Amino acid sequence: MRSFCRSAPCARKSFRLGIVRAQGALLHVLLLACLVFASATHAQAIEPMPFANHAQEVRFQQLTAQLRCPMCQNETLADSNAPIARDLRNQIFQLMQHGQSDEQIKQYLVARYSDYVLYDPPLKLGTMLLWFGPLLILLGGAGVVLMAIRKRSRAGTTAGMPSDSTPTDNGDDW
Amino acid sequence: MSRLLPFFAFVLLVELFGFGIWWNTQHDPQAIPSPLLNKPAPAFVLPKLYEPTVTVSKSDLLGKPYLLNVFASWCVECGVEHPVLQAEAPTLGVLLVGYDYKDAPEDAKHWLAEHGNPYGVLIADQPGQTAIDFGVYGAPESFLIDGKGVIRYKHIGPMTEDVVTSELKPAIAALQKETP
Repeated sequence: MRSFCRSAPCARKSFRLGIVRAQGALLHVLLLACLVFASATHAQAIEPMPFANHAQEVRFQQLTAQLRCPMCQNETLADSNAPIARDLRNQIFQLMQHGQSDEQIKQYLVARYSDYVLYDPPLKLGTMLLWFGPLLILLGGAGVVLMAIRKRSRAGTTAGMPSDSTPTDNGDDW
Repeated sequence: MSRLLPFFAFVLLVELFGFGIWWNTQHDPQAIPSPLLNKPAPAFVLPKLYEPTVTVSKSDLLGKPYLLNVFASWCVECGVEHPVLQAEAPTLGVLLVGYDYKDAPEDAKHWLAEHGNPYGVLIADQPGQTAIDFGVYGAPESFLIDGKGVIRYKHIGPMTEDVVTSELKPAIAALQKETP
């Protein structure tokens, strides 16, 4: 929207508006630069591979994004630039060309690098605590809350009694 | 009593954090337990570093236990480990097999000429394909393989004097007791 100013305050306001607009533009440029550089480094990490078709490429990207690089620990095989990640990506590509399913490829890697390579850990005896630990903590928290509520309600009924003449603790800690 | 409860909760938290710090000093958080432990080592056929036309296979090495040491000239930690291997190789009582991992043969030869060669057998895996079968993800890594070709012990990271005396030598002694 464009308006013409005839008064000083209005001119000042439109000047400030101009600054805000300039800042906005600068922000846009910065964000764009971030985006460009981010995609540039991403492209460096992943060398082009001779995929048979687009579907295979998508499948490859999805599979490698679910697998953890054993060397660089908090990166996926898709993101990592470590030599071992490159080798494993090549290996996965080769296995795909040989018609192996995602599950078979995962098994291949687990047999060599243990469950560690899976970002989604399987449910088994050793991972019970991992899967159900949060539930245990939630139940424990619920227990504490229940106990506190019971105590409060008991304290509340006794505090109202006239026989209890000590005013020091009405059960309200806060 | 109920006023002390937050204090006890605090003590519990401090203990939990303390345990976390202690636990991380006790083990290497980077080391991944190998699923290949106590399983047959993968089959391999690799050329010798100094005679690339001659290959060494898993079956060639069967019969006696050996220590397979994965190293490379580009690996910094291997330089840390190397003096220990040089000093300990004659006293280990098993064959030390060098596994040159993803290395240019010329670089490896220069490196060994400079730092010394403690290895009885030296094989080279330039493409790094066989190393994937061994679950290798970095160097140095060491595998103790028994006479039947089963991986009995694995160490990830540089072999230190400490590891040699507290882990490797007892593992070798246990093997030698089994197969006199």
